[in-house]
Formats: sequence, C-alpha cells, structure tokens
Amino acid sequence: MSTAMSQNRGLGAAIWDYLTTVDHKKIAHLYLVSGGLFFLIGGLEAMLIRIQLMQPDNNFISAGLYNEMITMHGTTMIFLAAMPLIFALMNAVVPLQIGARDVAFPFLNSLGFWLFLFGGIMLNVSWFTGGAPDAGWTNYAPLSTVSPGHGVDYYVMGLQISGAGTLIGGINFLVTIVNMRAPGMTYMRMPLFTWASFVTSTLILFAFPALTVGLFLMMFDRMFGSVFFDTAAGGNAIIWEHLFWIFGHPEVYILILPLFGAFSDIFSTFSKKRLFGYSAMVFATVLIGFLGFMVWAHHMFTVGMGPIANSIFAVATMAIAVPTGIKIFNWMFTMWGGNIRMTSAMLWSIAFIPSFTIGGMTGVMLAAAAADYQYHDTYFVVGHFHYVIVGGVVFGLFAALHYWWPKMFGKVLNEKLGKLAFWPFFIGFHLTFFIQHFLGLMGMPRRYWVFLEGQGLEAGNMISTIGAFLMALGTIIFIINVVYTAVKTEKVSGDPWDGRTLEWSIPSPPPHYNFVQTPLVRGLDPLWVEKSEGKKGMTPAEPLGDIHMPNASILPFMMSLGLFIAGFGFIYQVDDKGWLALVFIGMGITLGSMLTRSLKDDLGHHIHKADLEKDIEKGAGQ
Amino acid sequence: MSHEDVLNPKQLPHDPEKATLEGKNKFVGFWFFLGGETVLFACLFGTYLALNRSTSGDNTPEHLFGLELVFIMTMLLLTSSLTSVYAMYHMKNNDFRKMQIWLGITVILGLGFLGFEIYEFVHYIHEYEFTFRSSAFGSAFYTLVGFHGGHVLFGLSWIVALMIRNSKRGINLYNAPKFYIASLYWHFIDVVWVFIFTVVYLMGVV
Amino acid sequence: MANHSNMTQEQNKFVKKQHKEEMKQQVISFALMILFTLIAFGMVLLEIGSVFLVPTLLLLAVIQVLFQLYYFMHMKNKGHDMVAVMMYGGLSVAILTIITFTTIIWW
Repeated sequence: MSTAMSQNRGLGAAIWDYLTTVDHKKIAHLYLVSGGLFFLIGGLEAMLIRIQLMQPDNNFISAGLYNEMITMHGTTMIFLAAMPLIFALMNAVVPLQIGARDVAFPFLNSLGFWLFLFGGIMLNVSWFTGGAPDAGWTNYAPLSTVSPGHGVDYYVMGLQISGAGTLIGGINFLVTIVNMRAPGMTYMRMPLFTWASFVTSTLILFAFPALTVGLFLMMFDRMFGSVFFDTAAGGNAIIWEHLFWIFGHPEVYILILPLFGAFSDIFSTFSKKRLFGYSAMVFATVLIGFLGFMVWAHHMFTVGMGPIANSIFAVATMAIAVPTGIKIFNWMFTMWGGNIRMTSAMLWSIAFIPSFTIGGMTGVMLAAAAADYQYHDTYFVVGHFHYVIVGGVVFGLFAALHYWWPKMFGKVLNEKLGKLAFWPFFIGFHLTFFIQHFLGLMGMPRRYWVFLEGQGLEAGNMISTIGAFLMALGTIIFIINVVYTAVKTEKVSGDPWDGRTLEWSIPSPPPHYNFVQTPLVRGLDPLWVEKSEGKKGMTPAEPLGDIHMPNASILPFMMSLGLFIAGFGFIYQVDDKGWLALVFIGMGITLGSMLTRSLKDDLGHHIHKADLEKDIEKGAGQ
Repeated sequence: MSHEDVLNPKQLPHDPEKATLEGKNKFVGFWFFLGGETVLFACLFGTYLALNRSTSGDNTPEHLFGLELVFIMTMLLLTSSLTSVYAMYHMKNNDFRKMQIWLGITVILGLGFLGFEIYEFVHYIHEYEFTFRSSAFGSAFYTLVGFHGGHVLFGLSWIVALMIRNSKRGINLYNAPKFYIASLYWHFIDVVWVFIFTVVYLMGVV
Repeated sequence: MANHSNMTQEQNKFVKKQHKEEMKQQVISFALMILFTLIAFGMVLLEIGSVFLVPTLLLLAVIQVLFQLYYFMHMKNKGHDMVAVMMYGGLSVAILTIITFTTIIWW
C-alpha cells in the first residue's frame, strides 16, 4: 500500500497509482498539474489576443478565430485554470490544517478531479473538430443558440461535466470541515484558509446548480429542439443571463475567497504575528459570501430590468466593499509592527493589496448603475475584472504556491528565481491592464476583433501588449523555477517558514495518513501555541493505534470517462442519430460504475500500529 | 472500528446511520447535496414561472391539466413518503424483514406514480400534440416535471439496488447510512412534488 | 461506540419507546399532510375565486414541506444544526431566484 513501494515498480505503476488514488495530497498534485497546463493554454490564447490587438486593423488572426480565442481564454482561465488550482491548494492544505487524516469523501474527491479533467479536455477537443465555442465565456443567448457548428455544444457539455466535478468537490470540503476537525479545533480556531475554503464550498454548493440548469436548458435548445431562449416561439433569452449570473457572480467570490484565506495565513506567518482581527476576518469572509448571492444582476444593468431592480443591485454591490475593506485593513494591521520576512510568498501578497484595491475601486464605479451605461462592454470592464482576477487570484495562487510548495513536495521553490519571476509579472500586469481602463473610457468596446487607426487607441493597445509579454516572461521564469526545484535534491524540514498552523507540525511531504496521532488543538494558531510554550510539536489527542484509510479505486476515472464519451454522443447526434450509440455506451459505463460502487463493499484498510512505529523511527511523527 | 464490527455489530446502536464517521459524513454530505438540489429545482421552477404563459394555440395549462390524475399521483407519492418513514423506523429497531417490506411498498407506490406520469406525458403528446418543442411553455413544463420524474426513477433504482444487495445480510453499520440517505432522497422527491402539484397544476388551472 | 454496545435492557426499552413516540408524530403529520392536500385540491375544484386563493395554496404547500422536513426527515432532532444552515441557505437562494424569474424577466 505504501507510496514508496508503488513508485519503485516503475512508471506504469506510478501512473496507475495516480489514476486510482484517493489520497487528497496526490489529488492535489493532479489538480495542480492539469490546472497549470490549462493556465498555460489560456495564457497562450491571451497572448494571441494581445498580438492581434497590437496595432490597428491588424490581421494576425481571423475574426472568427478571434471570437474563439476570447471565449476559450475566459472559459479556460475561470473553469479550467483558476478553479482547479484553488482545488489543488484546498486538497493539499485543508485536511492538514484541521488535523484530519483525509477528506470526508476520498472517492468523491477523486471523482471530482476526473470529471473536471475530462470536461476540460472535452472543451479543448473542440479546437480540432471544426471550431471552438465562440459566443463569449458568458455564452449569451441568442448568440449562442444560433452559433453554427458544434463549438457551443462543446462548451455546454464540457462545462456540464467539469461543473459536476466542482459541485462534488465543494460538498466534499464542506463535510470535511464540518465533521473531521481534530479535537479542540473549534470553528473559531480554524485558520483563515480553512474558513475561506468552507465559505467557498458553500458558494459552490448553491451557485453551481444554477449553471447546471442553465447548461441543461442550453443543451436542450441546441440539441433537442426545445425553445427556452427562442423568442419567436415564446422563449426568453434573459433567462439564460439570469441563470448564468446567479451562478457567475458567486463564482468570482469562489475564486477570490480561498486566496483571501491564503493571504491571511501568509501575512500572519511572515509577520510573526497572529492575524489582526481574526473574528472580524471570519465575519467579513462569511459576509462576502452572503452578499455575493445578491448582486448578480449588476452584470445586467443595461438589460432593462427597470430602475428599482438596478438600484437594489447597485446598493448591494457597493455594500460588498465594506467587508472587503475590513480585510484589507486587517492585513495591513497584521503586518504593522510585525517581524516581516520578505519571501517570494510575502512579495506576491504585498503586491496584491494595492493591485486588488484598484480593482475594487473600479468595481464600485461599475456598481453605479447609471454610470455603468457608459462603461458597459468597454475595455474599462476588461481592465476592472483583470485587476481583481489577476491582481487577486493569480497573485494569490503564486503566493500560496510559494508558501505551500514545501508542504506539497518537500522542497522550497528557489527564492531568487521567485523574486525574478515576480517583478516582470507585476510590472507587466499593471502595464497591460491599467491602460485598458482609459481605452475603455475612450470608447474602445470589448470583444472587438480590430480597432481603427487615428482614434487615439494605438499607443494604449501597444503598451498593453508589451505588458502582456512581460507577464508571459514572469510565468516562464516561474516554470523554470519549478523545474529547477524539482531537479535539485535538497530536502526541507516539516516547518521551513517557522509556521503557526497544524500543517507545519508534520513532515514535508506528509505521510499518506498525515498525522500519526491526531493532534490536540489548544488555541488559534495551534502550532504557535505549542512553540510559545517551548514544545517542539503538537500534543497527541489519542494513543498510537491502527489507522483506518480508504482504498484506491479506478471507478471515478471510469465514471468520468463514460460521461466524456456520452458527451460526444450528445453533441453529434444532432447530425446523425447513429451517434446516440455513444450516449448509450458512455452512460452505460458511468451508470455501471456507479452501480458497482453502490453494490461492492469498500471498507477501506488499516495501517497497523507496528508499521506506524517503523515510520516514526524514520521521522513520520517529527 | 474493525471491519467485523462494522459488518456484524454485536448490537446495533439506536442511530445506526450515524454510528461511524463514514456514516456521519454521508448523512451530512447528503443533506448538503439536498440544499444544492433545492437551488436546482428553484431554477427550474423559476424558468417555468417565466414561461408558463408562452403557450401556443389551445395548449394552455387550464386546457391541458386534469386534476384527477394529479390527485392520485399526489396521494401515491405522499403515501410512499410515509412508508419509507416506516422502513426507517424498523431499520432503527433492527428489524430487517419489516424494513424490506416497507421499502418494497415504497417502491411499488413510486412505480405507480411513475406509470401515471408517463401516461400523462404520452396523453399530452398524442391527444393534444403538446410537446417539448411546441412552445416555450411545453419546454419548461416537460423539463421541470421531467427532472422530477427522473429523480423518481433514480430514487427507485437506488432503493431497489440497495434492497437486493443487502437482502441476505441484514442491517449493519455499513449499509444503514446508505438506506437512510436513500430515504432522505425519497422524501426530498416528495417535497419537490408538493410544489409541483401546487405551482404547476393547481395554480395552472386556477 | 462503547456506550452503545453495552446498552442495558432498560436503555434499549427507552430508545424503542422514543422511536414509537416519534412514529406517532409522523403518522399525525402524515394525516395533516393529506388533509392539507385535500383542502388545496378542494379549493381549486370548488373554484373559490378569491385573491387569497393562490397565497393560501402556497402557504399550504410550505406547511406540508415543513412537516416533511422536520418530521419525516427528522430535522427537528438533535445534530441537524449544520443541516438546517445549509437547507435554509439553499432555500434563500431558491426564493431569490424565483422572485427574480417572476419580476425582472422581460415578458
């Protein structure tokens, strides 16, 4: 059963190990690698967009291909890069932070990953089968319902499959945090990253069903002849917009909240202080999650919902600035008077504060419904959301990866290369997107393939493209850093940063059962509590005994594969009913696997006390 | 807890569905899932309410819906909810045979409901040419009621699979959570139906 | 688990009695649910043309669902706090969604 054993058996065994794994730490690796890959694909698409917009009347890519690029850039970055990278962090860290040996549903955890991966592959297969989706990442009807070819069909099936995976992942983390906290780990002692993961998972639970329904309706309209969005037959295209944004707005908080949590942990660790205003931070996180559900219609101010609706949603939107402001100030007060160490993680975190605040400010500007009529669908909006998503989410991902990399892989990312990657990315980011606000105010609409000469847009677009290249440079240096670190053999201790929370009390990388003995938590920042009393590690809450662990299984992979196959059947049965065969085969595989799962007992296995004692000698207990 | 204790407990605790950590996780996780399902059905109800006046020709709710059939279906599903409560009552008292009997009755009632629903759909399609494609109202109606019907079908298959799989070994700490959450699912299906018969059928003919 | 395995005869009896008591409540709620259903169908069939008809129908549905949740699905019992949080969370989003689709959609 042990990892080391299977790795010695060669590549085939290692692949099989990852295909069947239910270990949250390995699933984190899977999420990280595939999310990282999609991040590069999405980045490449962004570069092509920026090259096309480098000069007026450019003809670098065709108008149709440009539409596909912007659609796939947005879809890939949100669903296939940011989400899985966040899930990678949550998988790697949350169980360790609460002192759990695994997540609540290891099997479903694996299923969630494979569903996401197959959904992502499905979306990207469209490039090779006659055109990617081209109706924008928001996929508004009726543009999407009349879009020719199968591009939008791929969008619908791909997101449906990966969305199901996300929902499963969300429920898994909710239950993990509710049920599996170590003794003494009360809710108000949980690290902020765990709190943020909890709120995020709640948002996933309530937001993704709206996307599911929206995608089903879109699927029925495009593939089975229903008329939900067809105004000629009494349908209503606004239904899609509402469903999409009831999902879509909570989604942006799903993206940012976990990283707010990560920043909180990082600021506190590298300032050697407990987080300033812990309970206010928790309250603000919950409040952002709560308000996040009441503001979706600010994406639709120009739709014509009427002044009352617009006013309500405008006020609700502006209200979100309050808890976000609480957070910004608490982070700064955490650093104030602290013993600050300028590591790469800290650098990204500090850069995040002003960058994100600019994005928040333009957010309040956009929230003013009357003014939004001017900003709507211009580059001002593009500038705004890149400031919050890149300045918040991407900076956060880099910071969190630097911070938790040693815990995930047992090696510290190179600090010099880390800082070298930061500067071009940081400068490039502001070059790219700051100027876009002004391009937007000057009237440059978003999503246009070309802009004209002599309208004063040339210089701004050129600057923006140069910035994009700098960001690409920063990303490349980061990848070099990853490769360099992987090759280098220098191993790191369990606690390289002088950490405060439970994940730093065990070896890096942790043994697959995480904690030899469940730790006893005696306060906020539990490891720091022990350290300040002169102890080296945590006090165990139980005697050494057998540990119960789940069994590996190939079924999650099979279920996802089945849906993947069925997805193609659904897409192409419009052309030829013969393709329905694929639907039956795919659904057969999925339902058969589900039945197998339901009928076959899977009681897990035990790691025996004797084996644990051997591991302790090798340093598992620290 | 050893595998032996899970599969053949010496004495069944009075909440067998929550006696193991796995059971507790399943219990809480499934409830959370139902919270998500609430939103899913709300979106379908919302879509239906937005489109239920987008009819074509004579096929309006007033014209189509017959309350007799809906009343029978409601009674079937409501009763099946009670029978599954009985099944869980016997599960907690460790009376496997009675639990199976009550689950069997639940399944029969559910099948009856499903039969009537299929009859209803076929009837609309053939008698009134009211289909999924004929109007936005049609699309919304079949999607909402059909999603519910799909849930009924899935729930029935689930309960039957559990009954067959465990027919020879009685209640233990491994299968008790499975029976329990299947019954939660079944109750939730009834919850949705209460709103369907109220919002779609009763308010449709008012 | 230890306290369960050596449950005394008396405790056992007490638990069984509790289950019986609960069953009684469930049968009563079932009877009430049937009654509410009858009232709802009756009001529609008798064609009571009142502005209060639709709100009353909805109210009856909500009460039925509460019976279903609290008695049939045991939400009234201990250990359902987080369950209630998530159910009411889902319900709030659900209500918001339905209000939206009945007000700010183009007709």
